Amino acid sequence: MTDRAYKVYAIENGTVIDHIPTPMALKVVEILGIGNEGIFTIGVGFLSKKHPCGKDIVKIENRILLESETDTIALIAPEATINIIRDGRVSEKRKISIPRTIHGVMECPNPNCATNKLGASRHFSLESKADMTYRCSYCERVTQVRPENLTAPL
Amino acid sequence: MISLRDMTTEDLWKIVNTAGEVKRGGHEGCLRGKTIASLFFEPSTRTRLSFESAVLKSGGSVFGFADPGASSQKKGESFSDSVRTVTGYCDAMVIRHPVEGAARLATEVATVPVINAGDGANQHPTQTFLDLFTIHEEFGTLEGLKIGIMGDLKYGRTVHSLTHAMSLFGAEMVFISPPSLKMPQSVLEELSAQGISFQTAERPEDASGMKLDVLYVTRIQKERFGDPQEYKNVAHSYRIDRSTVKALGEQVRVMHPLPRVDEIHEEVDSTPNAIYFRQAHNGVPTRQALLGLVTGGIQ
Repeated sequence: MTDRAYKVYAIENGTVIDHIPTPMALKVVEILGIGNEGIFTIGVGFLSKKHPCGKDIVKIENRILLESETDTIALIAPEATINIIRDGRVSEKRKISIPRTIHGVMECPNPNCATNKLGASRHFSLESKADMTYRCSYCERVTQVRPENLTAPL
Repeated sequence: MISLRDMTTEDLWKIVNTAGEVKRGGHEGCLRGKTIASLFFEPSTRTRLSFESAVLKSGGSVFGFADPGASSQKKGESFSDSVRTVTGYCDAMVIRHPVEGAARLATEVATVPVINAGDGANQHPTQTFLDLFTIHEEFGTLEGLKIGIMGDLKYGRTVHSLTHAMSLFGAEMVFISPPSLKMPQSVLEELSAQGISFQTAERPEDASGMKLDVLYVTRIQKERFGDPQEYKNVAHSYRIDRSTVKALGEQVRVMHPLPRVDEIHEEVDSTPNAIYFRQAHNGVPTRQALLGLVTGGIQ
């Protein structure tokens, strides 16, 4: 088993997201909104020094994610790394950072918020990086990022 | 004019100073030729009437509804479509809505200035403006005051807005409430981060000896409680009477956004400490000033 392919299949062009804590790979796919487009491959539960419970990898073929998209990944996997692949080689190693604003992918937990009652678009601004809290632009409630509040982008 | 969070101390000074000028007879007719829409998707007495009075006193015209049942929302029209339509009929609109963030949403589709007259449990900025105007009128300053805020500190939008505004002026604050209605931790953390000094207490008597300049009393609002038992546990849990006022000292001024139920005994009304009815009356010049500023009638 020593020569077992550790990698998920290599891709020629696209984006590789590594060091996602297990089992968040599917959540990453969901918040990127790529579940219904193109080809992506998921590897789950690889051994990792960073993540004692293992790490996941997502490889997205023929799509270079925008920085605004890759920063969204930091909401659930702040230690994830992004490699942009062009012609089979790593053309860019991208660091991700906690986004200052979040559009679309987080639900406001306040049931009486205009985003839940009046169809306002979801928009949050960073309140505390240390606590991962954001303030809703409509109802102004501060909320901590939780995977269950994150959804496909609206 | 949606949220205190959007405003600087300079903005607040501008409103307070302009309201003072209006009250002294300045800016007469500043809304002449202007039409103001008054859209109240939730019942209101003081706020709606004082806005309408402000428009009429400044020479403007006002139209709208005070009952959402009378609006086309009842026919299923979306809030955004209602706002998008009315924006073509007026020079500014005043909106009260039970949903938090409704006024912010209105600014995205309106082409005229929007004034938030209360959005659910979130913000009621014009109440805070008239509170600041009243405090300034009484003390000649907004800076360095010691203010006790009492009542429903958990759900009360008025107290959250006032706390935020007074923190901009470096006020020292004392929060008085039953344990289950304490100021949310997030608000206290925000004050700490700003270096604002505050204390907490459970009864108004606990603040005697603190030399409060203002005791701001609020009603425990039944309508904000999801659990009727939670309301029952705290309803009627405090009352300000002459002896409380005496214990707080003759310097204290008692304010209340009204309506009161039984938080302040009527015997306090005739004391020089009671300024809550003047506070309510100040809603008119404050809203005249605001409307004048947002429509360009006051530069």
